[in-house]
Amino acid sequence: MGSTLEADFTKIRKWRLPRFWEALLTSPTGLSGTLILVLLIGVAIFAPQIVPYNPDQLAMRSRLSPPSFQVARPGEPPHFFGTDSLGRDLFSRVIFGARISLLLGLTASFIGGVVGVTLGMLAGYYGGWVDSIISWMINVQLAFPFTLLAIFIIAIFGGGLDKLIVVLAWATWVNYARIMRGQVIQIKNNDYIQAAYTMGARPWRVMFLHILPNAISPLTVVTTFTFASVILQESALSFLGLGVDIRIPTWGSILSDGRNYLQNAWWIATLPGIALLITALGANLFGDWLRDYLDPRLRVQ
Amino acid sequence: MVTYILRRLFQGFFTFLGVSALVFFMGRATGDPIRLMVPETATKEQREEVRKRLGLDQPILIQYGVFLGNLARGDLGRSYLQRDEVSKLVLSRMPATLELALFSMLIGIIVSIPLGIFVALKRNTAWDLLGSTLALLGQATPNFWLGMVLIIVFAVELKWLPISGRGTFAQLVLPAVTLAMASLGYFTRLMRSSMLDVLSQDYMRTARSKGATESLVLTRHGLKNALIPVITMMGMQFGNVLTGAFIIETVFAWPGIGRLGVNSLFERDFPVIQGVIILSSVVFVISNLIVDVLYSVLDPRIRLE
Repeated sequence: MGSTLEADFTKIRKWRLPRFWEALLTSPTGLSGTLILVLLIGVAIFAPQIVPYNPDQLAMRSRLSPPSFQVARPGEPPHFFGTDSLGRDLFSRVIFGARISLLLGLTASFIGGVVGVTLGMLAGYYGGWVDSIISWMINVQLAFPFTLLAIFIIAIFGGGLDKLIVVLAWATWVNYARIMRGQVIQIKNNDYIQAAYTMGARPWRVMFLHILPNAISPLTVVTTFTFASVILQESALSFLGLGVDIRIPTWGSILSDGRNYLQNAWWIATLPGIALLITALGANLFGDWLRDYLDPRLRVQ
Repeated sequence: MVTYILRRLFQGFFTFLGVSALVFFMGRATGDPIRLMVPETATKEQREEVRKRLGLDQPILIQYGVFLGNLARGDLGRSYLQRDEVSKLVLSRMPATLELALFSMLIGIIVSIPLGIFVALKRNTAWDLLGSTLALLGQATPNFWLGMVLIIVFAVELKWLPISGRGTFAQLVLPAVTLAMASLGYFTRLMRSSMLDVLSQDYMRTARSKGATESLVLTRHGLKNALIPVITMMGMQFGNVLTGAFIIETVFAWPGIGRLGVNSLFERDFPVIQGVIILSSVVFVISNLIVDVLYSVLDPRIRLE
């Protein structure tokens, strides 16, 4: 009897003192997601050291060469991903594309997150007319096709990296606001919130110290989805020719170029997409693991 | 129930009003519409005359009022380039987009709901890993890229399906499957996590302890509750599918409103762009309304809030 109790006790202790790294490294999804994201960050940071070619270097005599691990000409590194219509090394362009994707994904989901969480919090907490106005804003935005919103904003303010961040953040705050609002409505009726008021806590303290921490788990999941979707949306905009300056290599702009060569150069329209896919996959895998890890209800099972 | 629907209709109307204001004022912010309508060589007097004739010399709020009044009569103005009525132009493209969007939603729902339930029940097994990975892949795949890959494989190499266009069922397959992939992954994951949430609820244990059979517990208590968040998200996802259709239509040269919208943007044909946005938001508001009503039927708590 005593030994069973002891065994149970250690089991509970183990869950109560979860070791983040241990949990992360022993989960196949968490680990693979993390590895992909770390790899992406590494590639983005060390892009100039990794690439075999200057991504903008034209070479008309080797244009549209298929992917190959063999040296095309003596003294020239192989074109792992082939070359594009101007003879630029596709591998080097894809590596440099990671920088733009990562930059946009992080900044836009962060800005969108701050705006969305704040608005969702206010809507859920105060209810009434505050909620009506914010919910109305959410509904208006959701009823507005994103691609057109983006093109509209870009048409008004012009293109460029900073405008693109604004556009993508504008597209994401709704995700956070909706989830946050729902969470707050659920959480604010809990006894511990009432207890906080009884202790004399002010609204902002309740919002940010009692409600927000309890909504972190769904918010983190939203963040990883958002990060992935921002990267996909950026590439979609670049694909339509509305992203950053077309001379800057991004995954979307390379794919857009590849659309013209579907019949005779499959690699231009496929290989950068795999980079996109892996990145979005990594973010989603990590988010999934984090959700399971952070949500105690699931952990008990 | 009737009051609830009326309230939602009222809300839908206000949402639509917001969209129209956003469209109108943003459209104005993109520059003086006169500039696009008159030739470069027109004199200042000629410009002013056109401005007066079109009512563009009025205060902006009055112009917005006129815009709303025209909208209520179904008058969206005329295309700058094609000289056609915008409402006709956009409506003629609507069936193609709806066909694509609905068919792809259908594929997504039919595959994802059973798949999501299955992997939730098989949590932490190889089936779960396989199903969840597939769902994740579906969601992580950029749809325009998938479209191009499918074109390369099934149209260029295998020659099984046509590259683009609309008319035959064969032409619908590739764009619809491409567009379905994201919703498929999304719904499967949602269904899985929602089912897992429900499985850990107290009422499931209560139902079991009352002696209900496992299948009854799962369908009546589990599935019914697990479907609620999935159904709401389907309404939202329909908006995403419409947005996705804008790009997919470009990839497959599908003659829907998305392609019309994107082309009009490059030509700065603002009346057409306004028409596209307004009509797609009408579709969206209506589909959301349907979902909300469905939602309140499934979860009576919603109506009381």
